[in-house]
Amino acid sequence: MATTTCEIAPANPVEQFLRTDRIPHIWCPGCGIGTSVNCFTRALIELDADLDKIAVVSGIGCSGRVAGYLKLDSFHTTHGRAIPFATGLKLARPELTVVVYSGDGDLFAIGGNHFIHAARRNIDLKVICINNFIYGMTGGQVAPTTPVSAIATTTPFGSFEPPFNLPQLAEAAGATFVARWTTYHVRQLTRTIKEMLKRKGFSFIEVLSPCPTLFQRRNKQGDGLAAMKMYKQLSKTRNGAPTAETAIEQGKPIIVGKFVDIERPSYLGSMEQMLSSRLGDRYVHVENLEWH
Amino acid sequence: MITADPKGVLTGAHFIDGDQACTEGCLAAGARFAAGYPITPSTEVVERFARRIPTVGGRFIQMEDELASSIAILGAVWGGAKAFTVTSGPGFSLMMEHLGLAVMTETPCVIVNVQRGGPSTGLPTLPGQADMMQARWGSHGDYEIIALSPQSPQECFDLSITAFNLSEQFRVPVLFMMDEVVGHMTEKVIIPPAEEIEIYPRRLTVKPPEEYLPYAVDGDLVPEMVHAGMGYRFHITGLTHDERGYPAMNPEAQDKLIRRLKDKILENADRIITLEEEGLDSADVVVVSYGITARVAQRAIELARAKGLKVGKLRLVTVWPFPEQKIRDLAGRVRAFVVPELNLGQIVREVERCAAGQARVISVPHAGGSVHRPEQILERIEEAAK
Repeated sequence: MATTTCEIAPANPVEQFLRTDRIPHIWCPGCGIGTSVNCFTRALIELDADLDKIAVVSGIGCSGRVAGYLKLDSFHTTHGRAIPFATGLKLARPELTVVVYSGDGDLFAIGGNHFIHAARRNIDLKVICINNFIYGMTGGQVAPTTPVSAIATTTPFGSFEPPFNLPQLAEAAGATFVARWTTYHVRQLTRTIKEMLKRKGFSFIEVLSPCPTLFQRRNKQGDGLAAMKMYKQLSKTRNGAPTAETAIEQGKPIIVGKFVDIERPSYLGSMEQMLSSRLGDRYVHVENLEWH
Repeated sequence: MITADPKGVLTGAHFIDGDQACTEGCLAAGARFAAGYPITPSTEVVERFARRIPTVGGRFIQMEDELASSIAILGAVWGGAKAFTVTSGPGFSLMMEHLGLAVMTETPCVIVNVQRGGPSTGLPTLPGQADMMQARWGSHGDYEIIALSPQSPQECFDLSITAFNLSEQFRVPVLFMMDEVVGHMTEKVIIPPAEEIEIYPRRLTVKPPEEYLPYAVDGDLVPEMVHAGMGYRFHITGLTHDERGYPAMNPEAQDKLIRRLKDKILENADRIITLEEEGLDSADVVVVSYGITARVAQRAIELARAKGLKVGKLRLVTVWPFPEQKIRDLAGRVRAFVVPELNLGQIVREVERCAAGQARVISVPHAGGSVHRPEQILERIEEAAK
């Protein structure tokens, strides 16, 4: 009798990017953060990226945990400060592709000032913002992105603060690449992440993502699947849309796509140009400031 | 130890203030990255760095605030640089967040605080030494720290190199506690040739990635480091973590980590602490001081000796970790300690704690804004000698 061999299921192609010894992860069923990580890692595969030269920096919160699950040089910093940490990392070691992966509260409430200044300077950082409209890790408090009238634990009768329109904010501050997708748009998101990783300059992708546990439950919006259906139904792709028209408002379509893609001198490029023109031969250019 | 990179060493005799001498010390120590935010009376340190670094080979960035400066340097260190930031009182308060992160992640770096009068905006242009307990306890959580206090521009140069060396040796942020008078005082500063400056190299691992654990230690309690981009694909977090650097949310991991972070400093206190001692063997009264106040105290000690009093001098070059054993030993054989400082009694509490009732401890408080008059200190020495 011939022996039969069982074919072992091939490993998930993104497994090589994950710290599998840290699984199970902390994210809830239906959460979109994992979907975005899948898109990010698939973008790395498709780019055939040098994984030793990619660093991921996160702040604090559910999305802040991304750094901890990625098997790359990864830094889980303090609340709101992923961008200034990433700025120091990039300026000390320009050879790295530095990705900032964090949430809407982290990047735009406590970290808002750092975001606008890094965008203004055009530091070559790739910022992926998971926007779930709420503070998830701390239990569902109002965020700078929470829609008006939505229930949060600290706005128990409905939020009455106007939220930020993140693409408009990013463009106004100087971001050279601005896009928005939802976790329903996995192919588009993967493609846009690829595009972002290949280019230079301060780049920003907002990823609308379900939070069934702490946002949707209180706002009677169902589970993760319901959010996917809602994204599918309400999203309207408008590449190149003026960011002033991308605010998320009740009863209106969610505008997704790539809105901004321009070139502007980078911080490091401008620094080198200024110093070498003013100092001539006295200027000492060192690429990576590695201490030996 | 290795010798300094000559590119950063401005060998020669200079007539510069303490702030600028500090910059030269940092450059000589190998700092090639600084991030700062303007604040009186410390700004001259980064102004000089911004002017000097393009011809040495490195980068400076003026960040949007001190929260950003104090974490940008940590990013730079993990990217491979030696890095520092500079501030004064209000900015030092903002930096406490990342002092904690640097302690927790064991990131070697130097934070310079040119102290002014506080709290809050206080006295921006006038001296104080009232951040000494903040230096010890400013971050939340339990930890040990190293803090040095220079008394002259020459020491601003010499000790900033020491600060970097200690930070690399023990992988701990080192606080460089200057004050406005030392920072703005101009004196002769001798910068030696690079080959005479000893540098403690970064403790980079030689292990291959598959054998390396970011927070594993053997023997001396200080783990080996790697930089981003070296191929180790490591993880660093401000959360309590295990040897792999992974979050570990349990009391056992907390106990193991926090004890090691404390023990690596406490068990090496003898190697870390530098004191200037003079006339202690025959002293009835010992004046304990640091920073600019030590120079005023010197005059008071001389005046007291001229009156026939037996006065010893103990200057805390290292303020943290506190020289507990030294104070205990002295307390058993001297009559009293006199502790002048530009605050209403901070380090004097440590002296009292260590003296434990075996000798009198007399504070010479000053709320800041100027230095003491020597006579104020002399008066208390005379009282102590009675």
